[in-house]
Amino acid sequence: MTGSDETPPRPPKPRRGNRNRVPILLLIPAMLGLAVLTVPLLGLLLRAPWSELPQRLIGSEIGPALRLSLLCATIATIVCLVLGVPLAWVLARADIAGKSIIRALVTVPMVLPPIVGGVALLLVFGRRGVVGQYLDDWFGISLPFTTAGVVIAQAFVAMPFLVLSVEGAIRAADHRYEEAAATLGASKWFIFRRVTLPSLLPAVVAGTMLCWARALGEFGATITFAGNFPGRTTTMPLAVYMAMETDPQAAIVLSLVLLLVSVAVLAAMRDRWLTGLVSR
Amino acid sequence: MTAHSTLRRALATLGVAAVAATGCTAADATDADTITVFAAASLTEVFTDLGERFEADNPGTTVNFSFAGSSGLAQQILGGAPADVFASAATTNMDQVSAETASAPRVFATNELEIAVPPGNPGDVTGLADFADPDLTIAICEASVPCGQAATAAFEAAGITPQPDTLERDVKAVVTKVVLGEVDAGLVYRTDVLAADVTGITFPESAHARNDYPIATLKTASHPNLAESFVEYVLSEVGHEVLSAAGFTTP
Repeated sequence: MTGSDETPPRPPKPRRGNRNRVPILLLIPAMLGLAVLTVPLLGLLLRAPWSELPQRLIGSEIGPALRLSLLCATIATIVCLVLGVPLAWVLARADIAGKSIIRALVTVPMVLPPIVGGVALLLVFGRRGVVGQYLDDWFGISLPFTTAGVVIAQAFVAMPFLVLSVEGAIRAADHRYEEAAATLGASKWFIFRRVTLPSLLPAVVAGTMLCWARALGEFGATITFAGNFPGRTTTMPLAVYMAMETDPQAAIVLSLVLLLVSVAVLAAMRDRWLTGLVSR
Repeated sequence: MTAHSTLRRALATLGVAAVAATGCTAADATDADTITVFAAASLTEVFTDLGERFEADNPGTTVNFSFAGSSGLAQQILGGAPADVFASAATTNMDQVSAETASAPRVFATNELEIAVPPGNPGDVTGLADFADPDLTIAICEASVPCGQAATAAFEAAGITPQPDTLERDVKAVVTKVVLGEVDAGLVYRTDVLAADVTGITFPESAHARNDYPIATLKTASHPNLAESFVEYVLSEVGHEVLSAAGFTTP
């Protein structure tokens, strides 16, 4: 290898005057690691049917599936924000027993195979489920096979990403501003809204971004709990899976669109999140 | 220095582990006579049974199964999945892999559609016409898999436009939703009704929704002879009995 002065991709800050050579023993696995993460995506680009891409984009089920994906992921993210930020605050600050167990429970959906999450959701919120049977009997609400079911499945798998990143930020935050606000007579709720939350904004934005991206990519829990019906529950990942069985070329096109949307959002949000921290 | 040696030791351990892992699987594949059978989801119970009987009759052999929707399996075979035998729920999916088959596909069973309802029939489903009722929760197979194609044929024959709530990826996924009571009715194979805790309702149009099940050995087969003898076993008298008992019609 001659490229010993190669720097890892996207260095956090340019370091002038310091060559910062990467030891070869680290560089090789690092490059292999990068290859593991990027080569499959390159393959997607190489095998894409570029010549017929325009007509495939127009004449397929991409439109409804993408619209549904964006809509559901956004609603799921809002649900996660409303429920997840308070949960993060409780985990970081509240003086309650068994917090390590609660934190473990919050983390579980992150490592659980999503399909297991789907089975669990079906057994709880299904028409015959522990909670679902009462929803059906009392209110006539049945969640499986509905768009609301998709949102619930997405929120279930995505919320931990938001909670954990916000919790970490609350723990690391400076208490003194809150204490100062308290000595000036502000209520706890006022302090949370006007002091804690604004200082956490970058972490909340970062968590929101991760949460949204995870919701957008959700497959296992969705197909198990919400089923698959075009326009109602068929999100992009489900459309990719179904297309892969009959028309792999269409699956590649769908995958490209999903990849593009994910990368665009991650790139856009990342800048805002990083610079937002400085300007505020 | 210490960091280097630690890293080197870690890499060495990883290397040993990797060699051990690959060594193991390579030994397993060559020492034992193992074949992999890709079979339609609707064959799950009956082929598991047949595989066990085949292993008992041929000591030292192992039959591994991969059960899924036939179209998905066909795509996996086209993608180079290492399978010895393919048993499809439709001739269309067998045709898709015609370039990969080593033997001429032979039809070993026929299946018919039946309406599956949860025990007690909460939706009061009586026939295929109920599938057009938007108030009922209905599951059918996606049109790309054989049970979905058979369903489409049945609905066309009956002149019914179904109002499904979900298009499932294989017939077993439909059965599961019926078993759990999440749908009022699903359209599945007669064999699935027999295998699961659901109630079956026959309908006259099912005659237009018969599925032929072809089986063939594949060019990718690691044990072509063993693969061939498994196919023969499925087509044998024992195979017929097991298939008939499960509700299939055998030729």
